[in-house]
Amino acid sequence: MIVAIIFFLVVVGSVVFHIFTPWWWTPIASNWGGIDDTIVLTFWITGLVFIAIGLFVVYCVWKFKYQKDRRSEYKPEDSKLEFRLTLITTLGVAALLAPGLIVWNTFVTVPKDAYEIEVLANQWSWSYRLPGKDGKLGKTDIKNINDKNPFGINKEDKNGGDDILVQNGPLHLLINRPVKVLLRSTDVLHNFYIPQFRAKMDMLPGSVTYYWFEPTRLGEFEVLCAEFCGTGHYAMKGKVIVDKKINYNNWLAQQTTYVQSLAKVNANIKQVVKLTK
Amino acid sequence: MNNRRSFFQLLSEKPWEQSQITEDNNHNGKTLNLTKANLGVRSIITVNCIFFSLFIVAYADRMFIHDWQTIPKPLLLWLNTFVLFLSSIFFHKAKVYSDLQEFQKVKISLSVIGFLSALFIVGQLIVWKKLMNLGYFFNSNIANSYFYLFTTLHVMHLLGGLFFWKNITFKIFYKNYTMLNIQSSIKLCAMYWHFLFLVWLVLFGLMLNS
Amino acid sequence: MSEDYNKFKLEAKSSEMLNDENTSSIKIQDTESEVPEQDLYHPKSFITKWIFCQDAKVIGIQYSITAIAIGLVALVLSWLMRLQLGFPETFSYLTPAGYYQFVTMHGMIMVVYLLTALFLGGFGNFLIPLMVGARDMVFPYVNMISYWMYFIAVIVLVSSFFVPGGPTGAGWTLYPPQAITSGTPGSNGGIALMLISLSLFVIGFTMGGLNYIVTILQGRTRGMTLMRMPLTIWGIFTATVLAMLAFPALIVACIMMTLDSLLGTSFFMPSMVQMGEHLKYGGGSPILFQHLFWFFGHPEVYIVALPAFGIVSDLISVHARKNIFGYRMMVWAIVIIGALSFFVWAHHMYVSGMNPWFGFFFATTTLIIAVPTAIKVYNWVLTLWRGNIRLNIPMLFSLAFIITFVNGGITGLFLGNVIVDVPLSDTYFVVAHFHMVMGIAPILVIFGGIYHWYPLITGRFLHEGMGKFHFWVSFLGSYAIYFPMHYLGFIGVPRRYYEMYNSPYIPTSAQGLNAFITVAALIVGFAQLVFLYNIISSIRLGKIAEKNPWQACSLEWQTEYVPPRHGNFGKKLPIVYRWAYDFSVPGAKQDYIPQNVPPSEVPEARTEKT
Repeated sequence: MIVAIIFFLVVVGSVVFHIFTPWWWTPIASNWGGIDDTIVLTFWITGLVFIAIGLFVVYCVWKFKYQKDRRSEYKPEDSKLEFRLTLITTLGVAALLAPGLIVWNTFVTVPKDAYEIEVLANQWSWSYRLPGKDGKLGKTDIKNINDKNPFGINKEDKNGGDDILVQNGPLHLLINRPVKVLLRSTDVLHNFYIPQFRAKMDMLPGSVTYYWFEPTRLGEFEVLCAEFCGTGHYAMKGKVIVDKKINYNNWLAQQTTYVQSLAKVNANIKQVVKLTK
Repeated sequence: MNNRRSFFQLLSEKPWEQSQITEDNNHNGKTLNLTKANLGVRSIITVNCIFFSLFIVAYADRMFIHDWQTIPKPLLLWLNTFVLFLSSIFFHKAKVYSDLQEFQKVKISLSVIGFLSALFIVGQLIVWKKLMNLGYFFNSNIANSYFYLFTTLHVMHLLGGLFFWKNITFKIFYKNYTMLNIQSSIKLCAMYWHFLFLVWLVLFGLMLNS
Repeated sequence: MSEDYNKFKLEAKSSEMLNDENTSSIKIQDTESEVPEQDLYHPKSFITKWIFCQDAKVIGIQYSITAIAIGLVALVLSWLMRLQLGFPETFSYLTPAGYYQFVTMHGMIMVVYLLTALFLGGFGNFLIPLMVGARDMVFPYVNMISYWMYFIAVIVLVSSFFVPGGPTGAGWTLYPPQAITSGTPGSNGGIALMLISLSLFVIGFTMGGLNYIVTILQGRTRGMTLMRMPLTIWGIFTATVLAMLAFPALIVACIMMTLDSLLGTSFFMPSMVQMGEHLKYGGGSPILFQHLFWFFGHPEVYIVALPAFGIVSDLISVHARKNIFGYRMMVWAIVIIGALSFFVWAHHMYVSGMNPWFGFFFATTTLIIAVPTAIKVYNWVLTLWRGNIRLNIPMLFSLAFIITFVNGGITGLFLGNVIVDVPLSDTYFVVAHFHMVMGIAPILVIFGGIYHWYPLITGRFLHEGMGKFHFWVSFLGSYAIYFPMHYLGFIGVPRRYYEMYNSPYIPTSAQGLNAFITVAALIVGFAQLVFLYNIISSIRLGKIAEKNPWQACSLEWQTEYVPPRHGNFGKKLPIVYRWAYDFSVPGAKQDYIPQNVPPSEVPEARTEKT
């Protein structure tokens, strides 16, 4: 009896906890509401299964407790019942899978009007590269990386010169514009993750991964690394600010391009050389 | 008693039904018509197949990347392959002779196998030496890494086989062991030897064509 | 005793030969292959009897003791981690490097060195020969080597705590390139020792697995068809087959990464610039390692889960006094799950940067695997239906298993569905999910199994009161740890964070939840110490158990002596006349008929009708 009651409380308690929990999604700030909807649907279907099985166990424990003079039923199997249960489960699983795959399809299909930016991760900070006036990012290679060229931009590629480099600063994004983030890493695996945007993807040294989203809420958001990347993993944080067009353009105007940064570095070096002389 | 049922038929038996019970009570408790040692060797070969295929998959994944530089294949490798082939042939002969109970000939074959295997291993080492003299070191290019890795793993498996070859040879020379037992051991060892030859052929072929 | 044993061994063999009369070819081959086994048997001294022992039962116990001992290390590591997470300001003894090392070692020990070793090495060795009616494993010597390889693997693993730089802190997934580069703790000696230890484990396990497979397929007693075997054996058998096919992937990955780490090859290492310095690596693919790792890693989940499924089926059936419902379906489900588990591995890699189109395939296969798993759950609860349920401690653990497993299985449906995995992967939702489904659930079965078979191992029961305490604290405590933890994942709290600092999106109450989880973890850990005390003290003080105390049908309870001696059965091997689930057969006097009771002794029972 007590056993049945405690198991009952566990099942009901789980449901009550779920309904009244103070811990729930961080409010969404992107177009990926479809993901949240899929999760809600999954909760309904699987939640019903959990309650049904849990209560069935409780009922059996309460009802069929051991009695000396009673015998269990002798029934090796019931093909019809098992077939029905299989069928219902298959339908339930299909109901979970189909909407999930539909949303996944939109997730992996980048809209044509999305603008591209690049996120570069290294241990343990974030940098960003935006296309310059030509609207194109220059080609890169890890082999080109040095103090003057932290992004490893290919010097032969004309598109690279006017690329805007944002180091140690927050990244600004336009509101209600789809953006495709190209993800690169110079050293180990990282993962560019902003909880409010829901999306995430690993960054692999040597290849470029991507995902897309559309910020739908103005404000400041925290960037986290979501793939273990060494001792400093937990401290690898950054900031993204979603802006209106005007503020965004103001910010953009203040940033330096690759060529400008090169000039600055060279000037600095000359100065240092002078001073040492 | 019926061991020939297909796996699916087996799994659809209803062990609680009277007709099935009558049939099952005569079952001898074996699923396959193999000796235990035979099944053991087959399992090991299966595991090895997966082991080497995964390496091959990794190799195939890597060989199309631009920094791949083919390693030269000295003529000696072909010779080694032939030596290994011969040892496999002699193992086959040993098996045939042991089935005919001509144990004197079995002894000769086993000795030849030992010699050929040693020759193969020494040959592989000479290949290594040659390549290193040419400047192809283990970590100078990924193709080299794979070459040295594959040859090492193959020789290690051969050494494992030689351990069992040693047991058999020791028994047949110094102990008056039952003939039936030595026959089955030789058969299983021969199976493993052919398998190792096949593995080498596949690995060698793969490395030639990349 | 050994003389006695030899006598009955010989007699048994002659009876075996008689059995084989109609298949003469088998007879000859069989006798020859059995001859060398005889030489191997006599335990002459303490050392050959208890240390370098070839008796599968002793090997099983050795495996269990070693696994539990190393598991205790992992338990202590989890406390230290939890203290850091729950009370980051109070306990400042742990550095980030130390935290990551503890996380890694905890994970690897629990998954490989505790769960795999305990289910297959421990339960497998002890139960397989007994349950299929064999005197021992078919290759006892290889079996002994298997244990000692495992032992050395554990020693190598532990030794990594004492090398300069400490053990590896790369997470139990050991992803390159970070696993072997300098930004990660233990990237010098620690990672190499870990990889070597894993390789040794795989080699040792392959030897053991060879034994389990051949014993189950070829070493059963007369009348024991595959479909008469208890589900425990089916679970262990399928898990072993999976292990034999999946572990090569682990060892391949380990070999190549060891070479990358020690000799500077680039199997998995791409060109990279670390801290402004160009490393000499180039061209390797980190994703390839992930594929290899998860090609092993996902079957590994089922290597742990399938024996648990099997054992729990038997516990439920015995203690509900009812045959397991839908035995055939249960066997099929085990086999289908095993087969499918090789086609789902990349669901661990949805956000790894692999081709996103793979997501469609792997999400589909992953959710398909839910169907046979769900059927298993239905059949467990349908076994309870109209049963005659004895709420013994093994039964309590089985019931708790059903609840936790359903809970953990359901969250698997979240993570398997590729798009839902995107926000939840690498958060505490994942941590909660896999602890619930492959941590708590199988461990509850292990506990249930220990309470169930302890009388067979020692001849005494475990203490009931301590057992009940252990059960309720473990079940309710671990549920209280992991159920709320899912909700941290919804907030978006990432896993493998040494500390959250004050991330603006995380409500301060989440820290309170973390503290609560830590307290619960400490209490659950304490209950395990009570359990250990119970195990040790009951060897001498426990209530003496009569033969077959749970009135089970399967063969392990039908030995001549309890605990069974070397050679397991009496002078003759038992002959099997029925399946392992003849409980409450209509007409029979008792509510169970052991497998080796011939029909002539129970003429009143009618087993017909389905």
